[in-house]
Amino acid sequence: MTNARPLAPQGAASKTHRHAPSDRFAADSPAAIKGAVPASAGVGFKPGHLIAILDDPGSVGFLEVHAENYMGDGGPPHRTLERVRRDFPLSLHGVCMSIGGPRPLDEDHLARFAALCDRYEPGLISEHLAWSTHEDMFLNDLLPLPYTAATLDHVCDHVDRMQEVTGRRMLLENPATYVLFDNSTMSETDFLAAIVARTGCGLLLDVNNVFVSATNHGYSARDYLAAFPLTHVGEIHLAGHTEQEDDEGALLLIDSHDRPVADPVWTLYEEVIAGTGPIPTLVEWDSDLPEWPVLRAEAESANAILRRHARSAPKVRHAAPA
Amino acid sequence: MPPLPEPAIDTAAFSAGLLDPERAAPPHVAGPHGKSAVKRYNVYRNNVTVSLIDALADIFPAVLKLTGENFFRAMAREHVRASPPTSPLLFRYGEDFPGFIAAFDPARPLPYLADVARAERAWLTAYHAADADPLEPARLAAIPPERIADARFAAHPAFAVIASPFPVFRIVSMNRDLMDLAPVDMSEAEAILVTRPADKVTVTHLTPAAARFADALAGGSTLGEAAGLALETDPAFDLNGALTALLSAGAFAAVAAPDNGGDDDRFCQ
Repeated sequence: MTNARPLAPQGAASKTHRHAPSDRFAADSPAAIKGAVPASAGVGFKPGHLIAILDDPGSVGFLEVHAENYMGDGGPPHRTLERVRRDFPLSLHGVCMSIGGPRPLDEDHLARFAALCDRYEPGLISEHLAWSTHEDMFLNDLLPLPYTAATLDHVCDHVDRMQEVTGRRMLLENPATYVLFDNSTMSETDFLAAIVARTGCGLLLDVNNVFVSATNHGYSARDYLAAFPLTHVGEIHLAGHTEQEDDEGALLLIDSHDRPVADPVWTLYEEVIAGTGPIPTLVEWDSDLPEWPVLRAEAESANAILRRHARSAPKVRHAAPA
Repeated sequence: MPPLPEPAIDTAAFSAGLLDPERAAPPHVAGPHGKSAVKRYNVYRNNVTVSLIDALADIFPAVLKLTGENFFRAMAREHVRASPPTSPLLFRYGEDFPGFIAAFDPARPLPYLADVARAERAWLTAYHAADADPLEPARLAAIPPERIADARFAAHPAFAVIASPFPVFRIVSMNRDLMDLAPVDMSEAEAILVTRPADKVTVTHLTPAAARFADALAGGSTLGEAAGLALETDPAFDLNGALTALLSAGAFAAVAAPDNGGDDDRFCQ
């Protein structure tokens, strides 16, 4: 790893050309960050919900978008995002950066991501511990990687580069996986902790992914969470999953984002929040989209849990670097 | 001897099977506790293939409607396997799909299908094209009559023309629910103008002569040259009508006319 350096927290200026001085982070007043994402519930934004959301102010604390959907040069997507951004803090979630691949990151794609950061000033930016590109072939899925010293070097280099180009601290999301690698030498939680230690990035804890992977690979989700570097979690994802069978006829869960959050995932989520205190929490729903009130109700369920633990002593979570 | 370096992820091996159903699961991929990983690896196969077929279905809804769901998905699956995306921006996918359709033997009974696909691909390109204000007709009116034939236009970033020997405008419009279904005479040639005035993608019917005129202007021909080409196609070509229609559809972003043969060729918006 090279170029290790402190990174500014979200919304703050680490490069003066990126942000006006008025946007600078006031350490004792996080709410003063322009566009800061609050420790309440948000939802993944879908254009079909635009009118309903604008008519329902205060329903959610923030919105998250998939960065790639807004990487066109112009047109209606940008009008929509400009409108949304006027009313809501934004989380910019990349799904195609291929951080887990062995190749250097696509500099054009990085530049597009950084341009979105400059234009829309998201309060949080995030990507996945996964890969999606082989040479010039884009596979449109979040593909898994073995956890080894070699893959750790690649991922840390890529996280460094993304943080360098955006001038922001990023959050890296734990994956939902369906296979393991017999050449892995580290656990996923040790791997994530090592990335945090080496790059200074934060983590996006997807509780549904934890439940899906734990079920698929026959380990305890609670043990995984006990080993997870929770003090570095800057955002939580919740989503629904579907059920299939593996080769032996055992349950195999699919991270499908097409239905409500499952009860055991809510339980795990509440256990996490009871320990950490409130953390920005996003409900993802990406296919078979429901009407707005259904998604809003999911966010309200998360908010109810966040309120129940509002006075839980929040541990120091990837606060501004010293 | 130094120890061998630990392996990184072999993305070549992992990805080779994703679009090739005949291939075995890649090395090192496993289930927990020695379990098999065939169905597990197939989850990724399915995610990749189905999500890319779905992406094509989203980009080409009229093609889907014309072929039916089963035919479309079978055709798209072959295309996805032969030509996976090369950009992480999925809204750019399908540039090669019209050409694939043109050469796809089972689609031969629908000879207009490739042109429909060209129009739909242009529709999505226009949707994401750079922002620009359409040319105000007053800018053209301000050019002195003696210089108007030498005027050159800059196409709006969303501009595209798809010309076809088939009535492609009506076929696309009817199959994207923009027009009521009605019988069409398949021998009537039509072209589609794709533009994005007021940030809404719009398709406009062009005659073959008007399409040639629009294409020539977008390609940098002067108004006089473009009119000449259109008149070759159709001696009854209505220059004023075609120009008015292009302007009101937002086909152009700028116009310039040289001043007395000088090199003041700056575009006015």
